[in-house]
Amino acid sequence: MTIASQLPVIPIILPLVTAPLAVLMPAEKWGGRLPHVFTTLVAWTVFAACAAILHSVATVGPISYHLGDWAPPIGIEYRIDLANALVLTLVSGVGALVFPFAHESIRSEIDPRQVNLFYAALLICMAGLLGVTITGDAFNVFVFLEISSLSTYALVAMGANKDRRALTAAFNYLVMGTIGATFFVIGLGLLYQATGTLNMADIKIQLAGDNNRMVEAGFAFIVIGMGLKAAMFPMHLWMPNAYAYAPSVVSAFLAATATKVAVYVIIRFIYTVIGADFAFAPAAFAWLIAPLAIAGMFFASVVAIFQDDVKRMLAYSSVGQIGYMLFGVSFGTEQGLSASLVHLFNHGLMKGALFMAAACVMLRIGSHSCNAYAGLAKRMPLTAAAFIIAGLSLIGVPLTVGFISKWQLLSAAFDSGRAWAGFLIVASSFLAVIYIGRVIELMVLKEAPKDAPPIKEAPLSMLIPMGILVAANIYFGLNTELTVDLAERAAHALMGAGR
Amino acid sequence: MIPSPGNAIALSLAVPLVGFVAIWLAGRWPNLREAATLLTGVVLIALTLIVFAAVGEGARPGYLLYTVVGGLPIAFQAEPLGAMFAVLASVLWFVNSLYSIGYMRGHHEKHQTRFYMCFAIAIASAMGVAYAANLFTLFIFYEVLTLSTFPLVTHKGDEAAKQGGRVYLGILMGTSIGLLLPAIVWVYSIAGTTDFTPGGVLAAPLSDAGPLPMILMGLFAFGIGKAALMPIHPWLPNAMVAPTPVSAFLHAVAVVKAGVFSVLKIAVYIFGVDFLGETGAATPFMWIAAGSILLASAIAMHKDNLKARLAYSTVSQLSYVTLGAMLATEMGVMGGAMQIAAHAAGKMTLFMCAGAIYVGAHKTLVSELRGLGPKMPFTFIAFFIGAMSIVGLPPLGGSWPKFLLMLGAADAGQLAIIGVLIVSSLLNVVYLLSIPVQAFYLEPAGEGEKPQGSGAKAIDWRNIEEAPLLCVIPPIITALFALLLFIFADPLYAYLTPIAEAR
Repeated sequence: MTIASQLPVIPIILPLVTAPLAVLMPAEKWGGRLPHVFTTLVAWTVFAACAAILHSVATVGPISYHLGDWAPPIGIEYRIDLANALVLTLVSGVGALVFPFAHESIRSEIDPRQVNLFYAALLICMAGLLGVTITGDAFNVFVFLEISSLSTYALVAMGANKDRRALTAAFNYLVMGTIGATFFVIGLGLLYQATGTLNMADIKIQLAGDNNRMVEAGFAFIVIGMGLKAAMFPMHLWMPNAYAYAPSVVSAFLAATATKVAVYVIIRFIYTVIGADFAFAPAAFAWLIAPLAIAGMFFASVVAIFQDDVKRMLAYSSVGQIGYMLFGVSFGTEQGLSASLVHLFNHGLMKGALFMAAACVMLRIGSHSCNAYAGLAKRMPLTAAAFIIAGLSLIGVPLTVGFISKWQLLSAAFDSGRAWAGFLIVASSFLAVIYIGRVIELMVLKEAPKDAPPIKEAPLSMLIPMGILVAANIYFGLNTELTVDLAERAAHALMGAGR
Repeated sequence: MIPSPGNAIALSLAVPLVGFVAIWLAGRWPNLREAATLLTGVVLIALTLIVFAAVGEGARPGYLLYTVVGGLPIAFQAEPLGAMFAVLASVLWFVNSLYSIGYMRGHHEKHQTRFYMCFAIAIASAMGVAYAANLFTLFIFYEVLTLSTFPLVTHKGDEAAKQGGRVYLGILMGTSIGLLLPAIVWVYSIAGTTDFTPGGVLAAPLSDAGPLPMILMGLFAFGIGKAALMPIHPWLPNAMVAPTPVSAFLHAVAVVKAGVFSVLKIAVYIFGVDFLGETGAATPFMWIAAGSILLASAIAMHKDNLKARLAYSTVSQLSYVTLGAMLATEMGVMGGAMQIAAHAAGKMTLFMCAGAIYVGAHKTLVSELRGLGPKMPFTFIAFFIGAMSIVGLPPLGGSWPKFLLMLGAADAGQLAIIGVLIVSSLLNVVYLLSIPVQAFYLEPAGEGEKPQGSGAKAIDWRNIEEAPLLCVIPPIITALFALLLFIFADPLYAYLTPIAEAR
């Protein structure tokens, strides 16, 4: 037994084991840096492991890892193909940037007594999200989902040090998140009733196209439960407040990862567990997922235009962007699925960068209302530049990842004969022009208030991770080998499994 | 050491970017900074001429920069239309840079370094548009051009500039994302390629597709907002809040010509002239272009602000190119192509004169210009020549495209279009030629008086109050270009012929 053969379990086990250690560390020594440095190193190791997994999956093929050497379907199986390897890389990559980024921002935003707990909770949250993604066992998804959700509630509530509304936001999220998780587990129960197994691949075999009411109901519960977690319109109401009042770092991490993982789970259940050839799948695409996706794309984007709080605006924008991903899935074509996966990855990059910029503004100006952004281009030029580039990427300007996403979605729409869908996509991205343009205009064209105190640019420990994420927005806008090629292969494999 | 034409294409994109950095580094020393701009301009002209010459010999030099997604390369390939546009843009950029120096210094504008930096990006993206080998590449540089010119439009930073900038960016981004991008992806989806191919790529797959070609043409015609086809034109008058060199170069040459150039190129190399003619896909847009020509002229007559009048005149003149493309005949396309060059020289002259008048006499309204002629004779003579060219009077460059367009309209059997062209020229006479005539022959009117004729007043050579030299010489140079375009129309026509024969 070599380390290499244990690679798939490292991203899960390492943060879970080390998180309690972070709690036990002395908070005062080395200026309170110890838990920060420690968890950062863990996050980097996890990222390295995930990158190695991605490499192995891309070159060798899917990995099946049996936890504790118990063979599936009895034992828990970690099953990694290209689709989840891509999501794993996104989650751990964002984590590897968010951890170093966190120090200054967290010190200024949360109660100093909670710093150790914060790093531990963030680590557990990341482990949970990675676990949801990596596992091939349906019930294991639920377990990890709860691990990530519970730690998320705690993380959101830590924003209470700055703004007491974080508490209600966290409570709201807790109620809604629990409903979502309950729906999900009910759905699992129904599928278990129908098949007698919890291993995803096994469920698929046992179902074998066997269509009955119970399976249908189970599928519905799962999609709705996960839809809630993914902030699928109209089940997004927990999200704007949770993102707005959580500590900025937490918003950045969650916005880039949590909803994406939920979307991934929906895709996984549709294609790997249930199978797209199921009789009700096209109906669900046409009558449930597509209309809700479209409604989200427009409704949430319009709401975003009228927000006075940049973090809330970005949260609503996320609801709209989730709409794109689900819309792509609802085409039911390989291209649509691949476009969704590409956008899933790309949107993580742009939203992460935008929320990081918001965190920098929060650190220096102490507010995330729109007014704080007036004249930012002069006051914090690098942060403003990061916001502008990531914002242009969100709009879908060429040479950024957003353009690649949009191109893929559009060509999926036109190739599947849905010209109208293409126009809906561009119409909705025009709304993005408005809400992002509004903030950019404030930053570039408006003068800061006369009595504004002079401020410094954000510290390097924040600028560098943010810069890397912004650079990734451009790099993956030019080099699409990792995103588009892998997503196409992943979609091909998923669809192939669905046939 | 002369680079090969293919490398010259790549360099003509890279050199302005080097210039961009040099301008930034030299920001603190204005003379050095302007030297960087001018040096970039000279090198760029040389590069575009290399490409121009190679294309003239029948070569189609290309350069593959990068393949983004499978089948979608950022690639360049020069053909006669693009090579001409590139030479035009680079030469006029150089002239305009001279003018900018005079204007910006004479006017003590702020943020001059940013101004020149954005200009360098804009010219680089204009080169990208000119040499683009496919729609994908064209779109990328089209968008970069929009974004890089936004800081130039809002240069003054006051409320009017911001409002103008908002409309500018809103319309150009909105149409390009909302209409142009889906049109491009649609073409890609139908034809499997977005390469500009002689004869077009849509004829085969869309041979019996009903109204689809017309829908696509509409998406392109209105999606390319830079072509300012009515009713997508309001960004252009709004962009007039920019300093005059910006209006002169970007909103008479680089930006708007990138728009009509794209329309023409798409008509010829994506649809194919024959395909357009057979399906009649372009006919509705021919009428819209014709309406745009007349309406914009009518609006221009009402504008007292000189730059606004020129802007509406531009809207009208741009639609000549669109009209030429939509006529779907050889002569129409040739007329459109020639109009790109002729209008650039003529309109840039007019704008630079407007700027010179502003710098020298601080006048912005047409009604204030009476009697100014004898004080600023060079400016107004240049204006007169530019206006004559726009109207289409020989011996100036503007006369050929009008002639060709009429031939094209006759070929297409659209006699009404000939009428439109004639009426439009008459309107141009009224609202453009009247300006220099009034400046020379009328006295300035007092409050509430009617302007009085003064008879021919001699120019008093001792009392000339011209703008700084760098503001006066450039319009004279471009006025000469307008003259040269008349004399050397035949070589240019021969040069451009391959695009009309591409099928």
